[in-house]
Amino acid sequence: MGLAKRIIPCLDVDNGRVVKGVNFVDIRDAGDPVEVAARYNREGADEITFLDITASSDDRATTVDMVEKIASQVFIPLTVGGGIRKLEDVRRMLNAGADKVAINTAAIHNPELVREATNYFGSQCIVVAIDAKKVSEEGEPDRWDIFTHGGRRDTGIDAVEWAIKMAEYGAGELLVTSMDRDGTKAGFNISLTKAITDAVNIPVIASGGVGNLQHLADGVTLGGADAVLAASIFHFSEYTVGEAKEYMAEQGIEVRV
Amino acid sequence: MPVIAVVDYNMGNLRSVTQALQHVAPSHSTIDVTSTPEDIYAADYVVFPGQGAARDCMSELQKRDLIGAVKDAARSKPFLGICMGMQVLLDHSEENQGTDCMGFFKGEVKHFEGIIGRTDADGQRLKIPQMGWNRIDQTQDHPLWNGIESGSRFYFVHSYFVDPAEASLTAGTTDFGIKYTSALARDNVFAIQAHPEKSADDGLQLLRNFTQWDGQS
Repeated sequence: MGLAKRIIPCLDVDNGRVVKGVNFVDIRDAGDPVEVAARYNREGADEITFLDITASSDDRATTVDMVEKIASQVFIPLTVGGGIRKLEDVRRMLNAGADKVAINTAAIHNPELVREATNYFGSQCIVVAIDAKKVSEEGEPDRWDIFTHGGRRDTGIDAVEWAIKMAEYGAGELLVTSMDRDGTKAGFNISLTKAITDAVNIPVIASGGVGNLQHLADGVTLGGADAVLAASIFHFSEYTVGEAKEYMAEQGIEVRV
Repeated sequence: MPVIAVVDYNMGNLRSVTQALQHVAPSHSTIDVTSTPEDIYAADYVVFPGQGAARDCMSELQKRDLIGAVKDAARSKPFLGICMGMQVLLDHSEENQGTDCMGFFKGEVKHFEGIIGRTDADGQRLKIPQMGWNRIDQTQDHPLWNGIESGSRFYFVHSYFVDPAEASLTAGTTDFGIKYTSALARDNVFAIQAHPEKSADDGLQLLRNFTQWDGQS
C-alpha cells in the first residue's frame, strides 16, 4: 500500500477553449473547459493537464482566465503547459491556480529557466516536457533525440541524457511523450519510458500513443511510469477514467478509486 | 458571521485553499486572507497553510510578526494547519541544515532520508518528494474525519514529515516506505500533511468539517 499511480487526462486548449473533439454526451458545450474538467474530476481523474496551443502569446490571457475558472471549481491538481517561455509565464499560470507548469521548448533553448523556476517556485510545480523520437537505426541500441516543432525538428539532444540533466536542474517531474507513438493508438513507447524511469529518481508521466486500457497498464507495469497521460481515449468517451482505473486495479496496480 | 482567516505569509499560492474554503464554508461565513496579527486574533477560525522551505517559512512569519498570533490561535480557536503549516508547529525541522520552528508541539520534522531510490513492500520505487495520492489511515475519531472513510486518499507533495514526540497527537498515518504521521490533532488544533484543497471530494469534506467545527476533539 502506498502512493497511487495517477491517470491524467490531457486537453488541448486554444484561446481558453478546449479543442480537438471532446465528445461527452452530457456536456452541452463540448468546448467549455470548466465542464470538461468537472467531468473528469467526477470520473476520478487524479490530475488534469492542459496544453495551450494558442498561437499568439497575446491571446494567452484567455488561458489564464480559463485556469482561474477551473481552479475555482475543480479541486484536484491542474497542470498547464504550452507557450511557457519565461519566469513570468510560470508565475501567471501559478497565480491563476495551476499547481504545476510544464516547460517544453523553452527548456531546450534556455535550460537555466528550469533551474530558475524551480528555485523560485519549488520543484514540485515545475514539470519538464520531453518530446522524444527514435533516431537509432535498425539493429542499433535504442536511442532517442528531443524533437521540437511537433516532431519535425531534431535538436540532436539525447532524450535520456536530457532527462537526467533536467532532474539535476530541479525539475519535479518529467512528461515524456513519444513522438513516434503520439496519435497512433499503438501504445506507449515502453522502451523510451523505461529508459527514462530507470535513469532518474523523479516521477515520470508516460505520454503518447494510448489506444486502450492495456496500454495504460503497460506504461506502469512495463515502463515504470508513475503516471499515465492520455487524450483521445477519454475525449471520445471510449473509456471513462473510472473504467481505466478499474482495469488497472485488476492488474494489481495501485490506483485511487 | 464567522470569519475564517487564512494566514498569508508569502509562502505559496493561497488561491486554491481560499477557493476551496469558499466552496464549502457556510454561506454566512467570511474568508479573510490576511497577513496581520490583528486579523488573526479577531478571527473565529484560522487556516494556516504553507509551501516551500522551513527556514523561509519561519523567517517570513517573523518578518510579519505573526508567530504570537498564530500560536494564540492554536491555543484558542478552531485551527487547521496544512502541509508546511503543520510542520512548523513542531519544535524543529531538519530542513535547511536545521531550522527551529514554532515549538507548539514537541517533535521533529524529518526528511524521507535513506528511503530514496528504495522500494516499498509492494516493490514500488520511492521517489522524493512524495507527489501524488496516498492513503490516510485514521488513528483516532475526530470531527474533521466526519464523512471521510479511513484509508481515503489525499494529495500529497512533500519531502519532510512530522515525527511528534507524543504518539497521542497522531490522528492519521500514511505509508511511504515508512509509516509516518500525516495528520495530528489536539484540542482545537488539527493539522494535515496533505493538501485537502487539492484532494477532490474527501479534501473538500475535511475543509467543510473544519468550517463547521466547534474546536472540540
